[in-house]
Amino acid sequence: MTRDALCVKRGSGRSLVAGALLSLCALPDWTGSAASAESLLAPPRDLRVIDTPNDGGGSLTVLWAPAPYDSATVKYQILLGDSPSADSATMKVIAEFSANTHYVRENKWPWWTRPDRPEVHQFIVKNGKGIELKDGVAYTVTVAAVSGDDRAFAVPIAAAPAPNWINWNQMNNLLLALLFGSVVFYAIRTAKRREIFLRRIPGLDAVDEAIGRATELGKPILYLTGAHDMSDPSTIAAAVILGRVAKRTAAYETELLVPHRDPITMAVCQEITKQAYLEAGKADQFKEDSNFFITTDQFSYTAAVDGIMLRKKPAANFFMGAYFAESLLLTETGASTGAIQIAGTDSDHQLPFFVTTCDYTLIGEELYAASAYLSKEPVQIGTLRGQDIGKAFILSVIGLGTLVATAGVLFGTEWPQILLDVFRDLK
Amino acid sequence: MIFFRRQAPLLVTLVTGLVFAAQYYVPHPASEHLLTSVTKWMQIIGGFALVLGITSLFHLHAVKIRRKEPGWGYSLVLYAGLLGTIAVGLWANGKETMNGAPTAFGWIYTYMLVPLQGTMFAILAFFIASAAYRSFRARSREAAVLLVAAIIVMMGRVPLGEYLLPASGDVSQWILNVLNASVRRAILIGVSLGAVALSFKIIFGVERSYLGGGKE
Repeated sequence: MTRDALCVKRGSGRSLVAGALLSLCALPDWTGSAASAESLLAPPRDLRVIDTPNDGGGSLTVLWAPAPYDSATVKYQILLGDSPSADSATMKVIAEFSANTHYVRENKWPWWTRPDRPEVHQFIVKNGKGIELKDGVAYTVTVAAVSGDDRAFAVPIAAAPAPNWINWNQMNNLLLALLFGSVVFYAIRTAKRREIFLRRIPGLDAVDEAIGRATELGKPILYLTGAHDMSDPSTIAAAVILGRVAKRTAAYETELLVPHRDPITMAVCQEITKQAYLEAGKADQFKEDSNFFITTDQFSYTAAVDGIMLRKKPAANFFMGAYFAESLLLTETGASTGAIQIAGTDSDHQLPFFVTTCDYTLIGEELYAASAYLSKEPVQIGTLRGQDIGKAFILSVIGLGTLVATAGVLFGTEWPQILLDVFRDLK
Repeated sequence: MIFFRRQAPLLVTLVTGLVFAAQYYVPHPASEHLLTSVTKWMQIIGGFALVLGITSLFHLHAVKIRRKEPGWGYSLVLYAGLLGTIAVGLWANGKETMNGAPTAFGWIYTYMLVPLQGTMFAILAFFIASAAYRSFRARSREAAVLLVAAIIVMMGRVPLGEYLLPASGDVSQWILNVLNASVRRAILIGVSLGAVALSFKIIFGVERSYLGGGKE
């Protein structure tokens, strides 16, 4: 193993002859004798160069065993050659770092994809900073240990980067998504068989009250679907709630105003509103213009909606979906007109503004629950039960994880990591 | 016809939903290329959809002008602004500057749109003050807690406050990092589960009211 390595002086000739002579400097198999080890620089051992797993290609992972001389004073150099037969003399130094850095454990691989033991050295060669690795092309990589003028090379190894079809690092994510999906569908099936209790959500109980008030006053209802487009779950949730609200406004024959920031959302909401009026048996009352587009620009939209609030004085304002800085500009203006205001958002940064200025606020998940709550359909309610089971599971994992992580630190054991990795990086 | 109105969109939703959920786990360039292509499709669709939006805007304000509804003058201003900007934009080839000098289009953007947006954003400061005045009144035990916490956080976030109350910096940081963060995380966990559950419902056709409500 180490007999194959080269031990040379920096700046000296690196011919094959010199290499052969200097290879005599290489130590016999490493015995771990600390006394002799620290005084002599040995070539890095057990060098492995592999295609970086679970990536889109263009990257190689270099692994080599830790050495007794690993310290801040000794350096490792990573050398790259652009052909499979390149020798260390023609290879380019692409990185240099202290010998007590760059370990597998620093890269936070989960245990099921870890390429080697945590204490093994690791460096990832990837595109950028003057390096261009092409998939399927073999490159030569080696590692040199450097101390002062001494330099010890490991035997160069050729490897080719390649793209992967599956990112196994994220398998815990997939597993938990499937598990949660199964729970949701199981809960839906259960809900079809027996009634499930739903806690009261005051904001949703107030929907009827708000629409009734608008009807009594003969004033319109203003409904906003948020700042995002139709690809965002919160906008979809807002559109679904609009369907329920529109059904009631149709029944009460109250005017509905839905200004939009996104034309696609507008088109979808037009269809939803139309269907709601049809279902309420008030197709003749439906106005195509009840859903209208204003602008995609944040503050222009805000100014326009504020204008509508001040001119038309709607009796009820609904703010559903995602919001940014415009949240307070909208709700404070609405509050100044004396309208009843119901908000529902998953934008956690805007929640304080909504809570402050609106009569009722659907906080986070309540926005998604609203559809089930208003429809009372077993299938929809089953989903809520599924979410609750999911939350209970996450809470248990947080509690258990805290205990296990603490135990791991207290007793200095590695086994807690096995469990913790399963629930880490679930993005 | 009913197939194209109901089943086809559900099928498209199912297939694309599953494909792009799977795409998240595939790092291969082919998968990235697929995502990039679809993103471009969405941008193109969005461009065409904008025509739909502008048509809606024109129609709405044309009705207002025709009926002489209250505030119909604003609709005229909108028409003038919209058509004027389009004309000027075409005249300047969509460029904001030419040879270092601003074009008329650039002038409209820099000296009309930006100040107006700035004004709207600046109003936020006054609205925050009025909203704070309403909510930071100790009318109940909870409101009192909110008031005390708000004062500490506000003191801790400005140099003068921290100078007057040296402990406020650390305490406000603790309020934000411990109390506030834990509640935010709880909300975010709920939001994430809600979003995932809704996505499942949409992908598998359990939730279909976005197609225009109603049951078959």
